[in-house]
Amino acid sequence: MSIPKDLLYSKEHEWVKKEDDKLRIGITDFAQDELGDIVFVELPEVGDELELNEPFGSVESVKTVSELYAPVSGKVVEVNADLEDSPEFVNESPYEKAWMVVVEPSDEAQLDELLNAEAYEGVLNDEE
Amino acid sequence: MTDLQRTPLYSEYKKSGAKTIDFGGWDLPVQFSSIKQEHEVTRTKAGLFDVSHMGEIHVTGPKSKEYLQGITTNDVTKLVPNRAQYTLMCYSDGGTVDDFIIYMLAENDYLLVVNAANTNKDYEWLVENNTYSTKEVSINNVSDDYAQLALQGPLAERILQQLTDTDLGAIKFFRFAQDVKIGNIPESALVSRTGYTGEDGFEIYIDKDYASDLWNLLLEKGANQGLEPIGLGARDTLRFEANLALYGQELSTTISPIEAGLTFAVKVDKGDFIGREVLKKQVEEGPDRKLVGIEMIDKGIPRHGYKVLYEGEEVGFVTSGTQSPTLKKNIGLALVKRELAQLDQQLTVQVRNRELDSVVIKTPFYRREK
Repeated sequence: MSIPKDLLYSKEHEWVKKEDDKLRIGITDFAQDELGDIVFVELPEVGDELELNEPFGSVESVKTVSELYAPVSGKVVEVNADLEDSPEFVNESPYEKAWMVVVEPSDEAQLDELLNAEAYEGVLNDEE
Repeated sequence: MTDLQRTPLYSEYKKSGAKTIDFGGWDLPVQFSSIKQEHEVTRTKAGLFDVSHMGEIHVTGPKSKEYLQGITTNDVTKLVPNRAQYTLMCYSDGGTVDDFIIYMLAENDYLLVVNAANTNKDYEWLVENNTYSTKEVSINNVSDDYAQLALQGPLAERILQQLTDTDLGAIKFFRFAQDVKIGNIPESALVSRTGYTGEDGFEIYIDKDYASDLWNLLLEKGANQGLEPIGLGARDTLRFEANLALYGQELSTTISPIEAGLTFAVKVDKGDFIGREVLKKQVEEGPDRKLVGIEMIDKGIPRHGYKVLYEGEEVGFVTSGTQSPTLKKNIGLALVKRELAQLDQQLTVQVRNRELDSVVIKTPFYRREK
């Protein structure tokens, strides 16, 4: 299970990457593995506001629908349109090709609540 | 988690790294590799399924035929030994107790193979509605004695024929052979040409103590044909594409077989049986609701339980839906008001907070080439 050291994580299995004053968000390798074959990704639009811990989209596998929960609050400035036609990127490349949104965070302090790679690994160990 | 039941093959799929889930109280494999990949393997080569969780109820005694005729919807008198029949049991209001297959083993000797989650309910219903003496009709839940494996796919016959002298080509659709010797397994099996995938294939019933031997033997001998173990996830997408009903979705205590489009298995003129009056009326006048296939026009996937709307009114609900692995389309089955159950009818599906357009299409979504 891949857990890159340079990312932050939520307990809901999203990853967050700091890019200057913006944040790139996706779901973790663990999450995609649990879900199985991803066939549909529903994302917000540029300009939408994400609210901490509220659903901002969904990921559907053959079998189920899973909500995406916002790891931080902020305004969506970029959306990965490739996922519309290639939802399988989520399985193939959860940390690279399958980034989902880029947001401008509205409250930097929320980042302190996210987990580092080691802490996230601990969460996964507890789940198994 | 409460104690989940396990089939005799539990340790085999744990060994192969299958992901298991709670399926109606059973700890069963949802997938071995990936649902899409397993689906594809079954459509193009062959897949092996553990379906030992299915219930088996044995009905014997001199009045068995009359008894079953009065409690099931299909015509039991059409059966002869070594033939099987798809049938249902209904409540007097037409709602469905269960759908299942009856195997006629011999005169007055029948095996009913029922849905796992319904086994106890069915058994109680069968006993409760037995107006004969136990000497005339004896009903036994023998589910724990049997393991059931399904070998499905275009190469199923080729794979199984390598392992038996029984001429499998002689077993036509919905027929079966008893006392089939498979490889060096000491206990013989019952092999029927039936399945739940829309592909050619067999269902194999064997003493539970030999389940692992049979499972491993088939996987070993089938490997050169591409045979793989398949989980419940792909079983569901396979049956869905072939428009095979799943109890709890297309059928339930409040959905009749006529509404679900299973009129072929309801013989309202065969004589009296439980539910006949209501079902006969539905056949003659048409049911108020009908099951249809829908394809999404907008982007989104219909799922079990989503509401179906027409001109803002709720007109039904989705019974099953997914992205079809074979067709790569977002499709579903929906139970809707009969006046809207017409090809090309546009319907709206409430996908969480969005209202998405769909259109009624033909079923089954997938039919194999013969």
